[in-house]
Amino acid sequence: MASSQQQKQQIQNMLRLDTKQSKRSTMLLEQPVTRQRRDKVSLSAFAFLFAEMIRYTQNRVLGIQDLETKLNELGQRVGVRVFELTMWREKIVRRETRVLQMLVYINSVVWRALFDKPADSLERSTDNEDEYMITDNEPAILKYISVPKEMASFSPGAFISGIVEAIAACCQCPARVTSHVVPVDGLPVRTVILLKFDKDVMEREKRLEAGK
Amino acid sequence: MTTFYFAIVGTNDSPLYEAEFGAQREENKYLQQFVVHAALDLVDDAQFMTNTCYLKSVDRYNDWTVSAYVTPSNARLMLLHETKSEDAIKSFFAACHELYMKTLLNPFYQPNAAIQSQTFDAKMHTLAKKYLL
Repeated sequence: MASSQQQKQQIQNMLRLDTKQSKRSTMLLEQPVTRQRRDKVSLSAFAFLFAEMIRYTQNRVLGIQDLETKLNELGQRVGVRVFELTMWREKIVRRETRVLQMLVYINSVVWRALFDKPADSLERSTDNEDEYMITDNEPAILKYISVPKEMASFSPGAFISGIVEAIAACCQCPARVTSHVVPVDGLPVRTVILLKFDKDVMEREKRLEAGK
Repeated sequence: MTTFYFAIVGTNDSPLYEAEFGAQREENKYLQQFVVHAALDLVDDAQFMTNTCYLKSVDRYNDWTVSAYVTPSNARLMLLHETKSEDAIKSFFAACHELYMKTLLNPFYQPNAAIQSQTFDAKMHTLAKKYLL
């Protein structure tokens, strides 16, 4: 009886940690956010973490769609933060409100911040007006993930599509974002991120275009 | 009398953080919350017109002016004030944005959760003393 009281007290003390002005919480708000010299992470460390993330989610889902959705959610948590951070590090902090500007921003700045190279291409689908595609010929984080034949439709790029989906939501252009593997000669891991914008986003775009 | 009411409003239109700076009269607090909430609609209209973060003054109510600053991830920083220099408010908003972003970078902080850290509160008050009062 006494020890469970003690445990409860311990747990309560731990939960109160951040609301006190503990040293850890003061340091958090004083971290510098400008770009550091050594801000790259080794690919092997990330590949290890990413492989574990996939295995962790695989144990908790029943099906490929669920797996992609869960990875998508994980990517969204990253996306919000990476977007704010890269926006802050630009010389003048602006916002993106138009679809095309946002896509160009993702293509260049966000990709460079995450993967150290701009994305390979940005295309608009000819069949549907509201679909755009971002292509990455060789996504570095997918280099060490091999997909077995029976799960051929699974694309681990769902993580990247989560990042893009969060950025689209931040810019007020919510979209359904999925990732597909479209191999081409010599590029077996070519990943295409497909964004399908909501109808009201496209209507607003049309209005803003006409208003100009 | 210099009174300021500051609020950070998340993407789902609920306040994540509120603070008052300067001398306050008790009965005004609810009215101030109401005015700022009403000004959110005007912020929504104005935010598509321009590319900048700082939307100057979006609303007036009697003596009070509401100024707004929209962060790239669509969190709104709203300040209710009686006339004050725009430059001071702009620098205040920029510093608040940096503080908000550092809170957001914490992986244990859910976006759109209330900000309860006392350190955040203390730093906000220091910023207010520096720029506004």
